[in-house]
Amino acid sequence: MIKAVPSSAQDSPLVRGVLITIALGFVGLMLILPMGLVLTQALGHGFTIYLDALRDEDAQAALRLTLLAAAIAVPANLLFGVSAAWCIAKFEFKGKQLLLTLIDLPFAVSPVISGLIFVLLFGLHGWFGEWLRAHDLKIIFAVPGIVLATMFVTFPFVARELIPVMQAQGTDEEEAATTLGASGWQTFWRVTLPNIKWALLYGVILCNARAMGEFGAVSVVSGHIRGLTNTLPLHVEILYNEYQTVAAFSVASLLMLLAVVTLVLKAVIEAKAADFGRL
Amino acid sequence: MRASQLETPALSRHYFRRVAWRGHFRRESVLSGFGLTLGFTVFYLSLIVLIPISATFLKAAEGGLASFWAAISAPRVIAAYRVTFGCALVAALINTVFGVLLAWVLVRYRFPGRRLCDALIDLPFALPTAVAGIALAAIYAPKGWVGQYAAEWGVKIAFTPMGITIALIFIGIPFVVRTVQPVLESMDFACEEAATTLGANRWQSFRLVVLPALIPAVLTGFALAFARGIGEYGSVIFVAGNMPMVSEIVPLLIITKLEQYDYAGATAIAVAMLGISFAMLLTINLLQAWTRRAESQR
Repeated sequence: MIKAVPSSAQDSPLVRGVLITIALGFVGLMLILPMGLVLTQALGHGFTIYLDALRDEDAQAALRLTLLAAAIAVPANLLFGVSAAWCIAKFEFKGKQLLLTLIDLPFAVSPVISGLIFVLLFGLHGWFGEWLRAHDLKIIFAVPGIVLATMFVTFPFVARELIPVMQAQGTDEEEAATTLGASGWQTFWRVTLPNIKWALLYGVILCNARAMGEFGAVSVVSGHIRGLTNTLPLHVEILYNEYQTVAAFSVASLLMLLAVVTLVLKAVIEAKAADFGRL
Repeated sequence: MRASQLETPALSRHYFRRVAWRGHFRRESVLSGFGLTLGFTVFYLSLIVLIPISATFLKAAEGGLASFWAAISAPRVIAAYRVTFGCALVAALINTVFGVLLAWVLVRYRFPGRRLCDALIDLPFALPTAVAGIALAAIYAPKGWVGQYAAEWGVKIAFTPMGITIALIFIGIPFVVRTVQPVLESMDFACEEAATTLGANRWQSFRLVVLPALIPAVLTGFALAFARGIGEYGSVIFVAGNMPMVSEIVPLLIITKLEQYDYAGATAIAVAMLGISFAMLLTINLLQAWTRRAESQR
């Protein structure tokens, strides 16, 4: 949004120069420097060593597990987000504010505690620990625990993006469609969905970035078994703690690529949505 | 036809009773899918969030109040609170200053690289915390890009509470910028112009006209950054040094207790932290309501 600043509200060139310099300095030092460091550390010893670190079997297994966890958590939270946004934005009912606050809960919980709550449920000493062991099922220190923890920390993302957008759009268009004889599903697919597609995509991208990058919650439930319960962020930690710095930064560069792609897509969606006035 | 005429009174009585009951809970709407979506929403919310969190509180209550209090008031735990809250507070204060400055520069000025800067502000949201952690540790270590200059002055940044604070500044900055930025964007210049016409200089009109209007958003941003800071784990542990009593944060202490199979201790600390987080969430909700009210009054 660009508004012409009237001369009476303009800062002197000196103030402007100083403030812009401080801002650029902050962005450079705090945001660009870490990215530069990851790249130089990853590629500093040559491209072959970099590729070898990525081709490593444990790194590949970690990548597969990260993709798997995201492939389950993101669609599940997408379904939840659409469902929650539909009932919250399109209907008036009692307790709505409470429901909104509860949906936000996972954002307020420390990642470590997000992992811990599942250990207390499904771990050996947890509520269902005995039962799970009797049935030879494993959730903690296994893939299901990682998926659950990922679902918990990424729980609010899609709902948070959709609810304000759908609330702002009101119910006129849906009501018109229903009056004209459309069924609930037809109304959703042909009227609501085209209106919210950018917000939906936006939520999915942020949800995915967090799902693939989550560290604390997954760390608690994973057990760090190489090749089995290691996600990419956890693999970075293991390599770093073993002083395999180049390998650690090489794997980290993959995750940084994810972040950059996320930011680019986000900017593209924001531009698209601004054209349509919908986000 | 006759049959339906006969049925009508009974049917409609039943219908009105249903509408009356539902009308108490929700306003009537011609749209469908309320029951299905609300049902699924509450079911999924309970399964993934509410039941696990409630189970944690029940688990903490199992041991009794005395052992709960002993677990959350041990000297090592108190020291961890001090490190966590101290560093999160300092980082949130620094972020408030730089966040407002960044939002101001991004909204009010045009300069080359502005759009790139704007996009980069979200990097801490998108970059996995472990990556941020190892990068910051390498930069601020005594031999790192920045750490070597600090070392010449005899200052150690990484592996001290200062390192923790820097990680929390990194994690928290988007919260302040992204809360203040939209308020600045929607602000019109009429009041500033009036202030100038009445003889105020730029600093006076910023301090007396712009800043008061920004206060709710600034406080919200501060609270969000602080709340994120007290729970943060991934970016901190690599750069913290993790010395008990000195640079050990609460989330790490929870993990340490878990690794020692001290489930009761870990749960007690977690419940204390959950209580604080929920209080923060409530505060943030109130602050956001205040921000919205202030917006609509302008």
